[in-house]
Amino acid sequence: MKGENFENQAIIENVSRRNMLKGVATAGGLVVAAQFLPGVAMADGSQAFQYKTGAGGMPGGVVWDPHVFVSVATDGTVSIVTHRSEMGTGSHTSLPMAVADEMEADWSRVKVVQAPGDEQKYGNQDTDGSRSIRHFIQPMRACGAAARQMLEMAAALQWSVPNTEVRAENHQVVHVPSGRKIGYGELAKTAAGLPTPRLNTITLKDPSEFRYIGKGEVKIYDLHDITVGKAMYAQDIRPEGTSYAVIARPPVVLGRAKSWDAAAAMKVPGVLKVFEIPPTPMPAKFAPLGGVAVIAKNTYAAIKGREALNVKWDDGPNADYDSDTFKQQMAETSRKPGKMERNEGDVDKALAGAAKVIDREYYIPHGHHATMEPPAATCRIVDGKPEVWACVQSPGGTRGDVAKLLGVPEDHVTVHVTLLGGGFGRKSKCDFAQEAALCSKEMGGQPVKVIWTREDDIQHGFYHSVSYQHVTAGLDENNNVVAWRHRSVSPSLMSNFMPDPKRESALELGLGLIDTPFDVPNLRLETGTAPAKTRIGWFRSVNNIPHAFAMQSMVAEIAAETGRDQKDFLLELIGPARIVDPRKDTSQPLWNYGDPFSTYPIDTGRLRAVIERVAQEAQWGKRSLPKGHALGIAAHRSFLTYVATVVEVGVDENGNVTVPRVDTAIDCGFCVNPERVRSQIEGAAVMALTISKYTNITFKNGRVQQHNFNDYRVLRIGEGAMDVRTHIMPHGIETPSSGVGEPGVPPFSPAFFNALYNATGKRIRELPLGDQLQA
Amino acid sequence: MRVTVNNQVQSYDGDPQMPLMWYLRDELGLTGTKFGCGIGLCGACSVHVDGKVVRSCVTAMSDVSDHKVTTIEGLSPDGNHPVQKAWRQYSVPQCGYCQAGQIMQAAGFLNQNPKPSDEDIHSAMAGNICRCGCYERIFTAVKTASQEV
Repeated sequence: MKGENFENQAIIENVSRRNMLKGVATAGGLVVAAQFLPGVAMADGSQAFQYKTGAGGMPGGVVWDPHVFVSVATDGTVSIVTHRSEMGTGSHTSLPMAVADEMEADWSRVKVVQAPGDEQKYGNQDTDGSRSIRHFIQPMRACGAAARQMLEMAAALQWSVPNTEVRAENHQVVHVPSGRKIGYGELAKTAAGLPTPRLNTITLKDPSEFRYIGKGEVKIYDLHDITVGKAMYAQDIRPEGTSYAVIARPPVVLGRAKSWDAAAAMKVPGVLKVFEIPPTPMPAKFAPLGGVAVIAKNTYAAIKGREALNVKWDDGPNADYDSDTFKQQMAETSRKPGKMERNEGDVDKALAGAAKVIDREYYIPHGHHATMEPPAATCRIVDGKPEVWACVQSPGGTRGDVAKLLGVPEDHVTVHVTLLGGGFGRKSKCDFAQEAALCSKEMGGQPVKVIWTREDDIQHGFYHSVSYQHVTAGLDENNNVVAWRHRSVSPSLMSNFMPDPKRESALELGLGLIDTPFDVPNLRLETGTAPAKTRIGWFRSVNNIPHAFAMQSMVAEIAAETGRDQKDFLLELIGPARIVDPRKDTSQPLWNYGDPFSTYPIDTGRLRAVIERVAQEAQWGKRSLPKGHALGIAAHRSFLTYVATVVEVGVDENGNVTVPRVDTAIDCGFCVNPERVRSQIEGAAVMALTISKYTNITFKNGRVQQHNFNDYRVLRIGEGAMDVRTHIMPHGIETPSSGVGEPGVPPFSPAFFNALYNATGKRIRELPLGDQLQA
Repeated sequence: MRVTVNNQVQSYDGDPQMPLMWYLRDELGLTGTKFGCGIGLCGACSVHVDGKVVRSCVTAMSDVSDHKVTTIEGLSPDGNHPVQKAWRQYSVPQCGYCQAGQIMQAAGFLNQNPKPSDEDIHSAMAGNICRCGCYERIFTAVKTASQEV
């Protein structure tokens, strides 16, 4: 893969060689100009969509113009641009599939083309927050429908017949009265010259006519390439003349190299260059950590060169970060009054007058993404114009950050998005792409690939925040919950963007705390202070993990204390079906995942419904289980989706825990691709079981104590969650689609530990499980 | 030294300690073999040497001198090894990064043990990590492929 071939693959196809295999017509056949036409409703067309989302408020907003997203070649091949990153959630498939469906394109004649980072052209590209379907199913349907209407118009023009007499049907347009047919390829040139129809003139398909949307029968686009080793990830990119860099980064955030032996590294055969990257003071956003870079002819030589560096570090102000001490500090903070974030009634008075008070504390340590593909990026700079290949979830932001770093205009920077070997939030931070830009600059613009080893990945991440959760419930003499106080203490990921934010931000509270759905007359949510002593970052479902773990464990603890069934009591605490609107009771504006409350309210009816569905599917209270086995349940709203999970655990006499079966009910509104929703729920169970059993990043003297998969364990095959049953709540197209990539994670851990309690009588309040059952 | 990779004889005169994985990826451009951990714990770099599965990240070039290496690119001339077909049948991958290693592990394992028990499959595949959590489908695909090979 070199020279011109590389150009073709990386730029035109960008992520997949499948296109070559399919023998697609050359670039000359792509006749639809990728240009905006003036006067066409676009970015702010959201009012004309069926329902409002927050998509317009994201950087770059919404673009749906088929002139941007769709090309038709004269051989009939339809190219559909995917502007989102593919990290395993199915975005290369599900949105292009929706475009193809609306435009009546035959999926077998569609090729998917990855967009480079350009949010002005494509709209927002941040592939995170479980937003791809939620924000773009409507625009992409409109895009496909507009393309269909343009093709119909082209046929009507070519045949000189009225519009009303033609109909697009499976890659051709039919003249209904005569039965004449014409293929899309033959219409390409004419259609390309037509203006985009205005949004209010676009007719979407009736859902009964869908071929692909909602069916789950389309195989993922990259499936063949993945199985034959041709799928291209950032670790795999190697333009002609690429050299390879690894970086010795400061073991403590904000540390700096005091001395290093560049001569020793240069003696390693193949090493080309050694240079320092200085650290960036906090808040550093996603700037590189700094360190000493070693560039060599191959990765192995770079690694050997780095080993020879013998770097001495000045550790800086975070050298005192110690996880054990920090945990104690957070615990103490959680025992004092915090800052009010949401308040209803008078919790203090209700607790003082309660017949019974149940007071519980929960601890959730740092976690790390450990994507199977460690971060990697390649950059070259030609004529002052940087060209980057990177596995980023945020190509638009990456483009801006690289431009700023190198001091060039943003439109001089090209960011090619490769496939992502896992993302989970880690690859929303483009520090590795910026490192590649610095390395290329140091090499006079030659292409350099920066490779993170697994140890680099685990020791220099943006960590899922450590968290201490303190929940206090007051019960009256009839065991009704009359008071609920939840204090959350956690360093904020906003520390990347502002000096010492001190506590969770509105965004983090929005992640599963501020929308606490319980029907309790006196309710108070508080935050306590905790400084960020390392880089904190988004990890799949983010603060929902600690919030849901605490809330849903506490529900089961109260049920146990009062002799009630976990599921029955959960439903009782949630109360009747209603819209919970905390907006008048919060200390700062409610963050509803950036989407309008009117479209996505907090609906306890839907939360109740997933609980009832999963209980029924899992035969809650009725299933006969082997000795040592038990079920546990939990439910949580996140990313505007409602999920309830029943976990079966089995515990043997040695305390070994298995998870023979998991049932999850998910209400994500209208489900665009049920097959990928199932795969996300299966994967979420595995990842959340890893969180429950193993995940623990600890710091001592400011340094991460874990290194690789030997001491940072992740679940392996056969360790549980091998039978995950996904139950999707049925909704029509009129119910707004909501998030899927993340919401499967939060309810799993509490359901697992609630099951473990039912099996053993032992309540676990600290993640991960580790050997607590043996203790 | 000489090494045969996907039926092509290659000569190599670099550091004999260099892991086979970096040779395949950086020098031959066979990037289907993935870098995952570098210490033989995740299986993403699995290849076959003389038909047996090895972790190429902990296999030195000197160890494969005069041996036959097969990578995912050479597993099947048309990409239709029964394991590859089963992988597609069950839409196993999510991100896909570990999957070439999983497929090479499964293909090598089924070659040695064509009629495995469920436990055999778990134990054979336990060295291959999938962070997306596709294990249930991996198991189903391996089991299905075992009924074909």
